[in-house]
Amino acid sequence: MAATSDATRETMIINMGPQHPSTHGVLRLVLELDGEYVVSCRPVLGYLHTGIEKNTEYRTWQQGVTFVTRADYLSSLFNELAYCLAVERLLGIEAPPRAQVIRVMVNELNRIASHLVWIATTSLELGAVSMMLFGFRERENILAIFEMVTGLRMNHAYIRIGGLRMDLPDGAEERIKGFLRLMPGRIGEYESLLTGNPIWRQRNAGVGYLPTEELLALGVTGPVLRAGGLAHDLRKRAPYSGYETYEFDVPTREESDCFARYQVRMEEMRQSLRIVEQCLARLEPGPVMIEDPKLRWPAELSVGPDGIGNSERYVKHIMEESMEALINHFKIVTQGIKVPAGEVYQAVESPRGELGHYVVSNGGTRPYRTHIRGPSFVNLQAIPKMIEGGLIADVIACVASLDPVMGDADR
Amino acid sequence: MRPDELAKLLRGRYPEVLLARGEVTMAVPREELQATLEHLLKEGELGFDFLSDVTATDWPGAAPRFWVAYHLLSLRWMHRLRVKVGLAEDDPRLPSVTSLFPTANWHEREVFDFFGIVFEGHPDLRRIELPEGWVGHPLRKDHPMGGVNTSYRGAYIPPPDQRGL
Repeated sequence: MAATSDATRETMIINMGPQHPSTHGVLRLVLELDGEYVVSCRPVLGYLHTGIEKNTEYRTWQQGVTFVTRADYLSSLFNELAYCLAVERLLGIEAPPRAQVIRVMVNELNRIASHLVWIATTSLELGAVSMMLFGFRERENILAIFEMVTGLRMNHAYIRIGGLRMDLPDGAEERIKGFLRLMPGRIGEYESLLTGNPIWRQRNAGVGYLPTEELLALGVTGPVLRAGGLAHDLRKRAPYSGYETYEFDVPTREESDCFARYQVRMEEMRQSLRIVEQCLARLEPGPVMIEDPKLRWPAELSVGPDGIGNSERYVKHIMEESMEALINHFKIVTQGIKVPAGEVYQAVESPRGELGHYVVSNGGTRPYRTHIRGPSFVNLQAIPKMIEGGLIADVIACVASLDPVMGDADR
Repeated sequence: MRPDELAKLLRGRYPEVLLARGEVTMAVPREELQATLEHLLKEGELGFDFLSDVTATDWPGAAPRFWVAYHLLSLRWMHRLRVKVGLAEDDPRLPSVTSLFPTANWHEREVFDFFGIVFEGHPDLRRIELPEGWVGHPLRKDHPMGGVNTSYRGAYIPPPDQRGL
């Protein structure tokens, strides 16, 4: 019977991805299989590498925002915030209070939208198709709010160096309040669909377990780490943009499996709603961009019937009233601002974990180097540890539980 | 620990400690990198037990040409530190820190991929973002940026670093 046992010991190599629908984008996993079991796994990245870091070196500081926002396209506002906070620290400036509150508000809405895409795609992959429709349905509400506020559904370039591109339009607060009324009940609905569902539990509970020490050694952050019992959230532990003044909890679980990660993300959506509510309550009238004419973006944008553009009042001002304003406009738009030489590392808590921007200036009008520490990139390192020795069906649940966005991993 | 306290504490032991914009930066020679990170990790008051990021910058014409930056975080004390290692143009090699911080694995592969810096002792130093057959290391400042020939009257779009912006 030697031949038979040899045959059963033979392993097979298969490629999962880069076009596999369950790999959350163009992630490729080279799996070595022994029957249904995964012997080894080698992740292959780079299919969505777009050279964002290199690109920023050949654009002005302000243009950098439009590049970094495209890295993690599901939570673009976090990239914008990290980049702008970094550049603002290099410049030694701070955005006005109203801008800070709106930044926090749109970031938390973005976190909910990102978690909604996560729950939608994850449940689709695990067979709960109706949940996919619900997740995208509610996300649509947030995208509509973003379209109203920033002019774009994704890749907003809304947060700018020194503040925001423009203030909230009329009716935006009402619309966000409407969303706050709608959403808590909807999260309850998702949980009633999933939490007690025997299939959902079987596919997630006890799957993808990694002890906290291993998560930390591999650099894993975000909901995955918090589902391992460590209440590490940069909004609480290294606050930025005034997060220390908001009341919210950091949900944690001890089990460190896919189910715990699901529970943490659901609770995080509730906490984000709490923060958005507090933001609305503390919105005071005021400027949303710094005043310094040598640094502020010299424009006054408004959303017209044909999209975003300079307001008529501003165009009239630079074209008819003030030659100095026109010169200043062209100087800052074409040449850009100068940023003092130096380097900073600014980390924010994105829906996926620690998103860090390492920005280096040599004193010029363009970034000398921008490096994005993408949490998806780092978290994906944990994939082999999670799935080796497990079943191939669990690979899907494990990858999904990390919530990788390949734009964030490959940049 | 506040950044100024951290800088003061480190200055007692390391010669090159810089405090700027609320961030502490420390330069060490590459021979001392591993011992330094190990000390920073194991010394209770410092406790830098989490490696956030590893990346590099390229300064052609300067000596040293490359700076590799390690961003450390202490999960207990929540203070951050940047450790930098300067590398000469003709010898861009330094020891890998994967044995201390397994998370450095992919970061070091990325730095190798983009800058051509070799991490000695790395378990699997291959390109990570670019295809295996790629020539050169594109985040170096002297990597050719290409230009585009167009079909419009022979017009040529120069590479971005030659557009005189």
